Amino acid sequence: MSNEVANPTRRRVLVGASLVVGAVGGVTALTPFVASWNPSAKARAAGAAVKADISKLEPGQQMIVAWRGKPVWIVRRSAEALANLDTLNGSLADPDSFDAKQPTYVPNTPVRSLRDEVIVMIGLCTHLGCSPTYNPEVVPTAFDANWQGGFYCPCHGSTFDLSGRVYKGKPAPTNLEIPPHFYESDTVILIGEDGGNA
Amino acid sequence: MGVGNPNRAKAESGIVRWIDDRFPLTQMWQDHMSKYYAAKNFNVWYVFGVLSLLVLVNQILTGVWLTMSYEPTAEGAFASVEYIMRDVEMGWIIRYMHSSGASAFFVVVYLHMFRGLMYGSYQKPRELIWLFGMAIYLALMAEGFFGYLLPWGQMSYWGAQVILSLAGAIPVVGEDLVQWIRGDYLISGITLNRFFSLHVIALPMVILGLVVLHILALHDVGSNNPDGIEIDQNKDENGVPVDGAAFWPYHVIKDLVAVGVFLTVFCLVIFFFPEGGGYFIEKPNYEPANSLKTPEHIAPVWYFTPYYSMLRAITQPLFGLDAKFLGVIVMGGAIAILFVMPWLDRSPVKSMRYKGWMSRVWLAIFVVSFVILGYLGTLATTEGRTTVAQVCTLLYFLYFILMPFYTRMETTKPVPERVV
Repeated sequence: MSNEVANPTRRRVLVGASLVVGAVGGVTALTPFVASWNPSAKARAAGAAVKADISKLEPGQQMIVAWRGKPVWIVRRSAEALANLDTLNGSLADPDSFDAKQPTYVPNTPVRSLRDEVIVMIGLCTHLGCSPTYNPEVVPTAFDANWQGGFYCPCHGSTFDLSGRVYKGKPAPTNLEIPPHFYESDTVILIGEDGGNA
Repeated sequence: MGVGNPNRAKAESGIVRWIDDRFPLTQMWQDHMSKYYAAKNFNVWYVFGVLSLLVLVNQILTGVWLTMSYEPTAEGAFASVEYIMRDVEMGWIIRYMHSSGASAFFVVVYLHMFRGLMYGSYQKPRELIWLFGMAIYLALMAEGFFGYLLPWGQMSYWGAQVILSLAGAIPVVGEDLVQWIRGDYLISGITLNRFFSLHVIALPMVILGLVVLHILALHDVGSNNPDGIEIDQNKDENGVPVDGAAFWPYHVIKDLVAVGVFLTVFCLVIFFFPEGGGYFIEKPNYEPANSLKTPEHIAPVWYFTPYYSMLRAITQPLFGLDAKFLGVIVMGGAIAILFVMPWLDRSPVKSMRYKGWMSRVWLAIFVVSFVILGYLGTLATTEGRTTVAQVCTLLYFLYFILMPFYTRMETTKPVPERVV
């Protein structure tokens, strides 16, 4: 038996073609392994919209509802707090919320809300997803001697105003996210759906 | 009549001979134990490789036992860990051996890596040993991260949340990637289940495979030593390195002393300080995971804190990239740059003993920066601490980036021919 290849070109083409076909098959075979990591039908169903009744929410109060396991904050801001928002623009990273994740039907004015006093936000820091704490009082704090009221992230020290707008020089890259939501009635907000607004 | 490969070492007769004719038992014993020669000037820094192996065995053994009583579901995980701690007979000691073992693993691995940096154990021809070692380090960090979610306490949950959202900082695909890893819109029982699978099956297999490669590469080129002398250059008439001692029995017996000392300290920790003052098991982890409430202060386990500090140190956007993504790049870069170590060191000598003062000073700066970063990573941020972390991050990188220059510029001392 001879070890010489009778037709080296044909051998090379065959080996090459087999390798390519085999590689395509191998990569295709990964499909179920990759796909099975996506949220399952059960997980997707559990991610449906939730209702929040804000009839008992007093000015200055914060309520937290869970949507897709994330804390969604609903804050009714006092008249003084709303008036204060405009004065903060100079110390904020993105006062007009250009880079923020928020539905197009929520104005990117300082109030960032469908109704001036009631704001709905996802209560997770845009830096690394910790949940900031609610510090509404205008008092000097350990993290800011000139604190104007807002949210403070205990993980990496990002601070946000009462509209969820991030202060300059903090690790969080953008303002807090606003989820899709609409007023189903005067006192009920549906979080997770646009209600035909989008 | 010979069976099997006639060229390999075989026993004269008996059962071992029967095996040798079918499997290279005697040959392997000689290659890796009785005729594997390592320098006789090894000092205490050379015990941490063996200790890493010991801890690996401890983790696998205790891990197999913990799996017998652990329940990988969001509803049952926290309670099953408490069940192991209270109701399973001697379950507490197995759990503490595993949780303290994780910290012990990083202690011995960090010391083992420092030994490599000090004596140039990554230099030619040991680049692959270093690369396999770094791959083990990376796999270990992943293993530690996946494992830390399993007790399903508050720190498990929020630590995982912070680390996972690192991937979310990648532009465009980040958010989808995080959702794909979680398998849900939040970290849930689905995430817990897949982390469990990766922690007990996938990564241990990867780590074991890499450890085999690490040791095979080591035994092929031979161990370095505190003088950085290649002992293979001086062999006697039988081909035995004159400055070497056989791994079995000499190095093994010496290593047993280290094993004894290590086990004493390890037992003291397990019996008297199993939580390591909140560094091995953090206090918020005694509260079940709650996706709506972040603990007051989140800190990863101590072995991740140096990199965590670097992440937090980046607060300014640059080149159109936001601070968060830059932080992730810096953190990844800090680990990646360790991989290219063998090609950064241009010194003609291996050991710190014969390198110049610049190498020594920079190694000291590097170690101090790393320790300070690690300490800062356990604390909440303040403006002053962030500044210190930024300086230390810069020094950490300068140690590597300047290495090609200072290792070439400095005057080195001549390396002796023989181990003294």
